[in-house]
Amino acid sequence: MTTDLNTAPARRKPRNFALLSARAGAAFLTPAGILVSVFVIVPFFWVIFVSFTNRTLLGRTALNPEFVGLANYLALFDPATFFQRGQFGFSLILTTQFVLASALIGQALLGLLLAWLIQTVPPWVKRITETFVIAAWILPEVVIGFAWFAFLDRDQGTLNMLLESVGLPPGDFLLDSPFWVIVVFNTWRGAAFSMMLFNSAFSSIPPSYFQAADVAGASSWQKFRDIGLPLIRGHIVTDLILITMWTFNTFTPFLLTNGGPSYRTELVSIYNYRVAFQDFQFGKGAAVGVIMMLINLAFALVYLSLGRKKRA
Amino acid sequence: MTNRLRSLALGLVGATAVALPAFAVDLNVTCRCVIGGVNSGTAQWIEESVIPAFEAANPDVNVVLNQFGGEDAQLTQQLALDFSTGAGPDVTAFDGFLIPSFVEGGLLKSLDEVAGPEVNDWSGWAALSEGSRALMLYQDKYYGIPLGTDVRMINTRKDILAEAGIDADTWQPNSWEELLDAARAIKKAKPDSFPLQINAGVAMGEATTMQGYWMVLLGTGEAVTDENGKFIVSSQGILDTLNLYKTIYVDEKLGDQRAQLLADGRNRSFANFRDGVTALLVEGDYFYRSVTPEGSEFAVANRDEVQGWAKMPAKEPGAGIRGQDFVTISGGTGFVINPATDTPKEAWAFLSFMNEPAQLEAFQAIQPRITARTDVAIPNNPFLTETSQTLLPLTTARPNDPNYNAVSSEIQRMTEAVVSGELSPEEAMAQYKSAVIAIVGEENTVSLL
Repeated sequence: MTTDLNTAPARRKPRNFALLSARAGAAFLTPAGILVSVFVIVPFFWVIFVSFTNRTLLGRTALNPEFVGLANYLALFDPATFFQRGQFGFSLILTTQFVLASALIGQALLGLLLAWLIQTVPPWVKRITETFVIAAWILPEVVIGFAWFAFLDRDQGTLNMLLESVGLPPGDFLLDSPFWVIVVFNTWRGAAFSMMLFNSAFSSIPPSYFQAADVAGASSWQKFRDIGLPLIRGHIVTDLILITMWTFNTFTPFLLTNGGPSYRTELVSIYNYRVAFQDFQFGKGAAVGVIMMLINLAFALVYLSLGRKKRA
Repeated sequence: MTNRLRSLALGLVGATAVALPAFAVDLNVTCRCVIGGVNSGTAQWIEESVIPAFEAANPDVNVVLNQFGGEDAQLTQQLALDFSTGAGPDVTAFDGFLIPSFVEGGLLKSLDEVAGPEVNDWSGWAALSEGSRALMLYQDKYYGIPLGTDVRMINTRKDILAEAGIDADTWQPNSWEELLDAARAIKKAKPDSFPLQINAGVAMGEATTMQGYWMVLLGTGEAVTDENGKFIVSSQGILDTLNLYKTIYVDEKLGDQRAQLLADGRNRSFANFRDGVTALLVEGDYFYRSVTPEGSEFAVANRDEVQGWAKMPAKEPGAGIRGQDFVTISGGTGFVINPATDTPKEAWAFLSFMNEPAQLEAFQAIQPRITARTDVAIPNNPFLTETSQTLLPLTTARPNDPNYNAVSSEIQRMTEAVVSGELSPEEAMAQYKSAVIAIVGEENTVSLL
């Protein structure tokens, strides 16, 4: 009891900064709290609940779903089918490759390169580059999807017209190399974020460091390796985790390929959509959703712990 | 006194209820039809004939047609999600095979349950032929009014056949081998062409199952389910079917593989036929009636001279379902009422109005077809008359099973795996088997191998 009394004033101390009484604060928070619980917390537990049933939208199990325990999860991780095309394991592996190629290598590397290069160019070049890269980032996804679809079409696509005009053979990109199409697409689409983040990171380095290096006769590559990179290491980690999460969850490639041909671009998000909203297997779809949530949670925990370490 | 008061109160309520319709009632109608696009004739009919006539007879009802331009599967998806949340159009076009799965899922109610018992008094029921009545019937209840049925055949380009030295007017393959031989002859004469197209793959949705897989499978003497209604998940018939696909698309490149794998595949196959790239296309009679007529996107020039048809042969003579030499399958579409409609009486009034002979005859004038009603004249069109008279006696229907829709999706995946060359027929069938068992349970499947 006494310890409680002793610690109470210490705990109350930060409240002195509050503008409102605790009760008024709670009252103001209530509407937001209700909204969050209705639209975030309840659906969260609802999805977990549904993932233990065989609920569907059509057919008999729509009205009379049964509790099936872990059956949906066991079906997803069934070793006999796990790696088959169109199965969960296949799309998980595909997503991992997609994240590695398009987010970690594509977006981060391209963003870093762009950010470094625009440090030294005249301001108007810098501004034009930024405008183009950011435009790719902020245009609506549907517009982007259809523009790329038209760009890549074998028969009337712009890309093949360009290739043919310089004497190169046209390609059937969406059918022959759909995976690389969505990798290039996602790199192009998302490089802007990395570029902006690294750009501001580079700008925060005092110019005197580089001036001193110039006096010492350092090359551009040496300045990049020995001054630029070490000083923005924290930003790089932040960037990698954020774009990994976003790329893991992205759905936009669906607009280009529909997940096909033959599941070759069926990322986990598209797999989840197909199971839940094309096959209408809500139970199984919910199980996929729960697994995706857990994976995202893992990313988020890594991100948060790194942030805490940085502050400490 | 109390009685009088009560009757007064009831009278007031009644008067208010009667007065309410003075405010116009809005009725939404949806079909996968767009004027100048897909199923243009249907859209034209509803927009130009049904709605004006209905509104003239019911001045307090305001009808709007939503022209849906997406794929069949996308409309199904939209309707399923809409109906499950109480949203969606009041009256909508609907494919008959979806009725069992929607009804079992609680997304569709029988017409008398939605609009009242007067539905059963409609004079039109008696005028529907028995076969067409079954199209929108499930467990002895009507869920919609059927508009018409169809049959499937090999649509031919006589001009291309002639180029390969085949007399198109008498050409009729009696086995798969003869069909392949004709395709090979055309391929030899026109190496850049893809002479034979039998639908496969996921992108085409039910068109793959119905126009492609069924048409081949029936020729092996099998169907998707056996006589007890169990789904056949491994059999020689499935293997033969998949091997035919493999011959056409992978081994001999007689068909356009891209058209089966890309998202807009069906339109590509239509364009191939229009452009003479494909000479033999297995599709239904609506391909003639609503895809290739003059003025549509895939119009075939000189259609009535150039476009012909042949019966789809069984693998060998007599090897088809019921020992037939030739096979075909019929489906049917109609219109249903959204169970969550706010205006069930008006919806029924509209639905029955559009299915009266006067309106159906107006439809025949726009686009002749095999009608569901016996009191509407059979179209005076040689193509449709001949195909329906020849093929309706041979026809088959899909199982009336709530799981059929989900199994059909697996059929589309199985054919795509083979056509893309990713899996052998045996591997694809093994995947199909495990997928179907997961859907219907092992006790509802049967393996014949």
